[in-house]
Amino acid sequence: MKPLTTEEIRAVIARGKLKDTLFKALGILCLAFGLFVIVALILDMAIKGSERFTLDFFLNFASRRAAQAGILSAWVGSLLVMFVTALAAVPLGVAAGVYLEEYAPRNWMTQVIEINIANLAAVPSIVYGLLALGIFVYQFGFGQSILSAGLTLALLILPIIIVATREAIRAIPAMIREGSMAVGATRWQTCRYHIIPYAMPGILTGVIIGLARAIGETAPIITIGALTFIAFLPPAPLTALPDGGTAGLFDWVTAPFTVMPIQIFNWTSRPDPAFEINAAAAGFVLMAMVLAMNALAIWLRYRMRKNIKW
Amino acid sequence: MTPGRVSPRLSHNAMRHWNERLIEAVLFLAAALSVLTTLGIVYILVSESIHFFARISIVDFLTDTQWTPLFDDAHFGIMVLVSGTLVSSLVALLVAIPVGTTIAIYLSEFAGSRVREIAKPILELLGGIPTIVYGYFALLVVTPILQVLLPNLPGFSLLSAGFVMGIMIVPYIASLSEDAMRAVPMSLREGAYAMGSSRLYTAIHVVIPAALSGLAASYVLAVSRAVGETMILAVAAGMQPNLTWNPMEPAATITSYIVQVALGDLPHGSIGYQTIFAAGLTLLLITLMFNIVGQWLRAKYKENY
Repeated sequence: MKPLTTEEIRAVIARGKLKDTLFKALGILCLAFGLFVIVALILDMAIKGSERFTLDFFLNFASRRAAQAGILSAWVGSLLVMFVTALAAVPLGVAAGVYLEEYAPRNWMTQVIEINIANLAAVPSIVYGLLALGIFVYQFGFGQSILSAGLTLALLILPIIIVATREAIRAIPAMIREGSMAVGATRWQTCRYHIIPYAMPGILTGVIIGLARAIGETAPIITIGALTFIAFLPPAPLTALPDGGTAGLFDWVTAPFTVMPIQIFNWTSRPDPAFEINAAAAGFVLMAMVLAMNALAIWLRYRMRKNIKW
Repeated sequence: MTPGRVSPRLSHNAMRHWNERLIEAVLFLAAALSVLTTLGIVYILVSESIHFFARISIVDFLTDTQWTPLFDDAHFGIMVLVSGTLVSSLVALLVAIPVGTTIAIYLSEFAGSRVREIAKPILELLGGIPTIVYGYFALLVVTPILQVLLPNLPGFSLLSAGFVMGIMIVPYIASLSEDAMRAVPMSLREGAYAMGSSRLYTAIHVVIPAALSGLAASYVLAVSRAVGETMILAVAAGMQPNLTWNPMEPAATITSYIVQVALGDLPHGSIGYQTIFAAGLTLLLITLMFNIVGQWLRAKYKENY
């Protein structure tokens, strides 16, 4: 083979560098496309829905007339469902994460649980809806209620919380455990006073990301049969009911309900373009909630990385 | 001390022991709940599907070319729904694989740490957008734009739903592929650089082949994501059952059919109620298949280094 001249080598290097630069530009272009989609989506909904951003929109129930329809029952429903979801998913997810990291023996049972959690994270959300329809709605008799919806979403985000808890715990060095046990603490005391508090920021990040996912979930809630047209709120605890009685502390969990994504779905699928405006405005509100939660999680993680030095 | 009596300190310790055992049992139950969830899913899908297949033969289910379960002349050909699911997933992959892989190569081989700090949250947000919002975007923003380019495109189509679904799974492919490429040892890259390769040449001829099973795993897991996606299709692809391989047409998918039925008021135990469980079982089997392949591929690349 004839050796290359200096000029030829320079040309080869220049060509390689040019291709590198071109690919870099392509990569940035692809990322910019992603950013563009987010911005376009938010702007489109903000502009189209701008005429609905009034207090009435947040305080009115759904209506046949687009201009008077609001999202009161939807956002209240979303908040209540999230409350049930968090109440169920956080203790269960943290407990499962602590068990798998701190207690679980290395045996087939643990392995089954671990493989199972990995697979559950990949099950389509609508399948959780079918599970809830069969088990919560009919077998347990919870009906098409806030309780059914909250528990369904709790199951859905459980793998996210478990994985976040485990990762946060794994980042705690062994010397913390050894120190605690050396002064006579039991395993649970070590977890309770050291492991869980130190893992808290990581767990919290996982919880927020999980709830942000849950608040936007539509399919499983449609499957359990949430209504799309609700012109009343669930009874607040200890207030008077229309029939003269008083609502119990937990009557609201069995009430029929609707949530933000279902309201958006309902408005999007109507042929009348006036409802598009409502869908855009409600979509913007939902996006704002999800983005705020994600931003909080990202910020928490950033702070955590800066502050923790073992 | 007389034998048989336990000192207060020892009995305190015994108490502590029992408390510890109790707590461990409670924590174990929380972890075992996930297994119970899986069993619940399998139980509910299989038991309702058994009722369904007692009425409809499995051969008809797999070979009939019509899906009209709620009509008087009822047909139950699941392939009608499967075709919609596969076509939309294919469109999504055609968007997501090139874009996602490019982003992954860029982030793992080219970008500095500062670019990554900005890019990662963008991708996370893109993956965190509620699917119903993507559905709105597909129907009311993307479809009108595509209709300018393709005047024949109807208002509902697998193409625009699949396109947006592709955008949705870009972050998924990008982050899994990037993980796979970062797992490739630095020494391989350094070897290539020492031989005078450019970054791009190294990425294409050294890093990608080394991370190939990881990349394949990310694609396969993305397929299972696309197959299970519901709301984008329910909103933007129309819900008429349509046996077609043409992405320019509207069609129902397995998931959007379940949504459509659930929106109506079907009595518990009717044949229509049972169809959604049979459809759900089909969906679960398809995603399970892709997941098993994906996990296997991921495990394979992890073992290499």
